[in-house]
Amino acid sequence: MNRDIILQTKGLGKYFLQPQKFKVLDDISFEVAKGEFLTIVGKSGCGKSTMLYCLSTMDTDYEGELYIGNEKATGKSTDKLATLRNESIGFVFQFHYLLPEFTCLKNVMIPALKLAKYSYQEVEERAYQKLEMLGLQDQALKEASKLSGGQQQRVSIARALINDPAIIMGDEPTGNLDSKNTQIVFEIFKQLSQDFGQSIIAVTHDNDFAKASDRTIEMADGKIINHDKIFE
Amino acid sequence: MRLNVNYEIALTHILTRKKQTLVASMGVTIGIALYIFSNSIVSGFGVYSKNNMFKSAPHIRVYNKDKISQPLFKSTNSIVVIQNQKITTLSNNIVNPFRLLEDIKSETYIRYAAPQVNVDMFYINGKSQLKGVGNGVKILEADAMFNIQSTMLAGNLQTLTSDLNAIVIGSGVAEKLNVGIGDNITLSSAQGVRKIMRITGIFSTSNKAVDESKSYIHISTAQQLVLQSSDYVTDIYASISKPDEAEIYATKLQEITNYDVEDWKTANADQLAQDNMLGTMTPLISFSIMLVAAFGIYNILNMTITQKMNDIAILKANGFKGKDIIKIFVSEAFIMGFIGTLLGLTFGFILVSIMQTVYIGPPIGYFPIFHDPKVYATGAVFGLFVSLGAGYFPARNASKIDPVEIFRK
Ligand SMILES: Nc1ncnc2c1ncn2[C@@H]1O[C@H](COP(=O)(O)OP(=O)(O)OP(=O)(O)O)[C@@H](O)[C@H]1O
Ligand SMILES: [Mg+2]
Repeated sequence: MNRDIILQTKGLGKYFLQPQKFKVLDDISFEVAKGEFLTIVGKSGCGKSTMLYCLSTMDTDYEGELYIGNEKATGKSTDKLATLRNESIGFVFQFHYLLPEFTCLKNVMIPALKLAKYSYQEVEERAYQKLEMLGLQDQALKEASKLSGGQQQRVSIARALINDPAIIMGDEPTGNLDSKNTQIVFEIFKQLSQDFGQSIIAVTHDNDFAKASDRTIEMADGKIINHDKIFE
Repeated sequence: MRLNVNYEIALTHILTRKKQTLVASMGVTIGIALYIFSNSIVSGFGVYSKNNMFKSAPHIRVYNKDKISQPLFKSTNSIVVIQNQKITTLSNNIVNPFRLLEDIKSETYIRYAAPQVNVDMFYINGKSQLKGVGNGVKILEADAMFNIQSTMLAGNLQTLTSDLNAIVIGSGVAEKLNVGIGDNITLSSAQGVRKIMRITGIFSTSNKAVDESKSYIHISTAQQLVLQSSDYVTDIYASISKPDEAEIYATKLQEITNYDVEDWKTANADQLAQDNMLGTMTPLISFSIMLVAAFGIYNILNMTITQKMNDIAILKANGFKGKDIIKIFVSEAFIMGFIGTLLGLTFGFILVSIMQTVYIGPPIGYFPIFHDPKVYATGAVFGLFVSLGAGYFPARNASKIDPVEIFRK
């Protein structure tokens, strides 16, 4: 079966030089298919976040190669990568990162306004939809800094979805959420991957969450030790 | 039309930190206000000083300069030496002056031209004598040119139109000879002519040397004092509509006459050099003021950026480019600069307006300062430009922030 590959790494490696030189990522090679819901697990400090930053194209200081869609991302200029991120990658951070002085709605709208594919009104409408999906319609006009941690995290998920990116990356996207909201987010991810062909790459410590995804990669000490972890 | 996202973000930053914006703007406000104030003083002073010169010096003067003896034959192969050279000019009047006057008047750039007979002489009152220069004028023309009326302290200038025995003297002459309006005074010329005149007016320029020597008399009286007929004229004074370009018109005028043509800038070179010195100091002072204002913006923006590292990282993660970040923060600097400049122009305007009402007293009158559009225009451009410059460097640093480094913390 020939699957459409949306993201691929070849021999990805990365060093940290401080406090002393050590290899935080070692020969990471894997593929993510279009519409795949992939989770990544591993002990704290094994390099999951570090890898995700490389995949997100924000960190360009690595060896090996990264392909997104059919394009080689490795070696592209930072401006080209910024445009690529804007169009094709939605990112949910481990610690919810919103712009504090802006309303939730504006926070969600900003990447879409940057993309400028839709008119302002359309962007506003779409942003409302995404917030509604995550149960935040009542908070839309509140300043982001006045929300609870879990609410902020859900706003940042809404923001990651706004440009209908081909890939949604999350670093413990449900880390701050209660079981009910975790369930909601899971369902959203599931639906996006199944119905809209968007790929999900989510780092998680939640075994149930991982178990329910399409595939789970397990990492240890900067290496992939299992490409399709089986939970029992 | 909606604002571009970058500007919308900049505007939100500005609106959510009004106090810092205001503090940064205040720097520019003070800078621009001082800039306008100091430059208005300088340009006001320049105009005052020029007007002052024009009270006694014409824009252009045509006269017959003393010439030194020259060899009769120019020899190419030998050097001719004349010992004990003398001034050869028999008299320093202009031959056929009214013909030349008409020629000068017919030049398009000439506004007024008037003949004048200047006579070196003594003012005598009893035993006291004072050396001076009598300016034989047609008073109406001379007044049109020099605005003599504005320097009058007492008496009446109009008497000179017809009264051949009337004299208007400088305040210094009056003081030294202890005479006043209505008193008689004797004039004595080098040709030995003595005339008793009645003082009908006293003027005061702010130039002491002029006030202690100069007087106005009827041109015919002056001609009588030097035993000459009515076509004896020593100087033709001309005024032009663009005095600042006097040297250009002087060269033009030189083309139609062999007499010496001198523009006011050449005649007042010393005074102008002083004014220029003041003129070069102010840009330096303005520059330092603006540097301080720029530093205010630079500091506040740097502070904002330090506090907004997270936001910058998020924006970059979401696809904002380095140049978007630069645009955001330069716009913020521009808004601060714009507010500051606008307030600065207003305060500067108020300061200048207040100074205009300050009365210093004669001979200066009101403080010589005025609203010079050029000063306001350069002030505005200067303020905005400096703000943009001060904003650019912190903004460029912000654009180089590595988002991953921020997120890892
Ligand atoms: N800037 C840095 N300089 C040096 N070492 C770093 C830096 N950032 C992370 N590390 C180290 O790299 C390793 C991988 O870190 P990373 O954040 O990727 O772990 P992780 O798998 O995401 O852990 P967690 O599950 O706790 O989030 C850790 O040992 C960490 O101490
Ligand atoms: Mg992590």
